[in-house]
Amino acid sequence: MAELPTQRDETLGGYIVHGVPFPLSSDPEALAFLKKLAPIQIEQEYKITYLHSYGQDSPWFAGLSNRRLLANQVPTSGYTYAMPRGHDAYSGEETAWIDITDRPASVHAFTVCYFGSQEFLPETPYVLAMIEFEGVNTLLLSRLMGVDPQQPSLDWIGMRVNPRFLRNSKLKPTDVYFIPA
Amino acid sequence: MRTVYAITGGVSKFVKARHDKTFQAVVKEAYDYAIQDISLDHKTFTHLVDGSVASYFSDHFTRQLMAGIMVQDYLGLTPKPGHRVEGGGATGGICFQEAWKSVASGHMDICVAYGFETMSHVETWKGNEFIALASDVSFDYPVGGFYSGYYAMMVTRHMKEFGTTVEQMAAVSVKNHLNAYHNPYAQKRDRFTIQDVRNAPMVAWPLTRLDICVMSDGAAAVIFASEEGLRRLEDAGARIARPLVKVSGIGRGTDAMRMADRPHVDYDDFMQNYATQQERGSDETRTYYRRLWDHGTRYPGVHSFRAGRTAGNMAYKMAGIADPLKDLDFVELHDAYTSSEIQTYEDLGLCRYGEGGPFAASGKAFMPGIDYGLELPAPPVCPVNPSGGLIACGHPVGATGLMQGVFALWQLQGSLARHFNDSTLQVQNARRGAIHSHAGTGTYVTVSILEKV
Repeated sequence: MAELPTQRDETLGGYIVHGVPFPLSSDPEALAFLKKLAPIQIEQEYKITYLHSYGQDSPWFAGLSNRRLLANQVPTSGYTYAMPRGHDAYSGEETAWIDITDRPASVHAFTVCYFGSQEFLPETPYVLAMIEFEGVNTLLLSRLMGVDPQQPSLDWIGMRVNPRFLRNSKLKPTDVYFIPA
Repeated sequence: MRTVYAITGGVSKFVKARHDKTFQAVVKEAYDYAIQDISLDHKTFTHLVDGSVASYFSDHFTRQLMAGIMVQDYLGLTPKPGHRVEGGGATGGICFQEAWKSVASGHMDICVAYGFETMSHVETWKGNEFIALASDVSFDYPVGGFYSGYYAMMVTRHMKEFGTTVEQMAAVSVKNHLNAYHNPYAQKRDRFTIQDVRNAPMVAWPLTRLDICVMSDGAAAVIFASEEGLRRLEDAGARIARPLVKVSGIGRGTDAMRMADRPHVDYDDFMQNYATQQERGSDETRTYYRRLWDHGTRYPGVHSFRAGRTAGNMAYKMAGIADPLKDLDFVELHDAYTSSEIQTYEDLGLCRYGEGGPFAASGKAFMPGIDYGLELPAPPVCPVNPSGGLIACGHPVGATGLMQGVFALWQLQGSLARHFNDSTLQVQNARRGAIHSHAGTGTYVTVSILEKV
C-alpha cells in the first residue's frame, strides 16, 4: 500500500497577531526576558511587472508566432546555434538568421518534472527535452508532448520529433514544443 | 604570488530555517568561532584584519540589496575594505579564491572570507523559482525553469551514453547522508539504503528527493594570512595550529549559461584542450576515449562540465598534482545532485569520463571505518565529501563553498574530532585536499587545493 501522507501542506499565511507579548515594566530583569522572546515574522509582498526586451533575439519570437523555427548561423564558418545568438562565440562575427522548421530533429536528453518552480507547479508533470537538429551545432531546450509522463524511458533519447506551434502566440519560447514524429 | 595560509574557520549549523537570528548574526556565529579558535578576542582580531570578501548568491531570498555591507557592519569590520562576490552556486568558492588573491597579491596580510544565505523566508517552490532565475529568463526559465529538471536532463544523457545507473547515483546519497551522521553541522544526518533513495518521491526523473540537496540557512567564514599576517596575529597572542595549511593551487572555469549552447567537440579538441595530464600520457586512456568518440560521444555536451575540468586542470597544474586520485587525500565537492557528484568525479580526473557511475559504487570515494550497508568492491582511496557534502550538510549557497574550505582546513589540521566531537570523519594523515564549488548548469566552477605545510 502506498505510504499515506502524515503532514498537511504548509503555506506562509498565518494568524495576524494584534497584541505582541512584551514585559509590563521596563526594569532590567523584565527587559532581560526579551532575550527569550521568539522571533517575530511578518509577511512582505513583492510584485513587479517588467517590460522585458528580447533585443536582437526578437526575430526568433516573431518566427515562432508565425510558426517558423529560426536559428542563427555564422556566415563564414557555417556554425549554427539552435537558440538565438547575435554574435558567434568563436569568431565574434555577427550571425545570420536561417529557418530550421523542417530540419530532422530528435531528442538528445529529457526529464519529466513532477515538481517544479512555483510558477510551473500547476503544469506538473511536464516533460523537458533538449532537441538536436540535423546540421545544427547546439541544442534547443523545449517541452515534449505526446509521451506518457508516468512512463519515462531512456528510449525516448534519439526519438525523432517534429515541432508544433501554439495557435495563439504568447511570444515565449514555449510557443514551440515538440511531439514524436 | 605570496604563500597564503588558511589559518582558521567557522561554520554555523546548517538548518532549514534560522528565524531566531538575522543573517548578520548567523554570520557572526561562524566568524566568532574562527576567531576564538585561534584564541583571539574580537577587538584584537578586528584591529589586525585588513579586510574582507563577502559571499551570498541571491538578493531575492531576503529581498535585501547590499546585504554584504550589513554583515561587514555587524561584524565591526567597517571602515575596512570589503566587497561582495556572486557567481551562483560557486559564490562561496569564488569568495574563497578572491580572499586568497587579496593576500597572495600583497594587497592584504589578513583577509576574512565570509558567506551566508537565508533561504527560509520563502516557500520551497518559490525558492526553486528564485534559483531558476539563474537560468536565461528569455529562453530557459519560461520553458519550465527548474534546476532539478536541468540536472535530470544531464543525467538521462549520461545514462544513455555511458550506462550510468540510478543505483550508482543512490550510492552517493547513501554515502553522503551517512558521512553527515557524524557531522554535527549537517542538516540531514541519516542512514538510508539504495532502495530508500529510489523510493523517495520522484522530483525530476530519474532524480528523487534523496538525490537532491536541500535549501538551508547558514553561514561560514575562513581567515587567510600571509607570513607577515601570521607574525602579526601571533605577536598579538594568536595560537595558530601547526602544521600550517596553505592554499597551493586555485583554478576556475566557465561555460555557457544556456546548457543547450554547450559545444560538442571532437576527439582531437578534447585531447588537446581538456584532457588531464594523466589522460594525455596514457596510451590505454587515449584508446578508451577514441572508442567513446567512435561511438558518438562529444564533449562536453550536456553530460559533462568543461568548466569543472578547466578549473581542476588549472588548480592541479599550480599545485603540482599529476594523478588526482593518488595525490589528493580527500575531496569536498559540490554534490547538489548525486548525479553531479558522479559528473564531477570525471571532471576532476578521479576517473575517466564515462566511468563515474562505476566509480561511485566502487567504494573508492567512501570513508574507511564506516559501515554503509553496501557491498563495495574496492577499499577507500580518496574520500569524497567526507563531511556529507551539500546533499546532507545543506546548501545555503553563499556559505557552501566556504563550508568546504573550513572542513578541508580542519581535515588537514587533524582537528576535525575536536570540532565535530567525533573522530569518525577525520581522514588519517590527510596531507592534501581539494574543494570544488559549482554554479548553474556548470557555468562557474572553482577548484582550490589546500595542503599541509
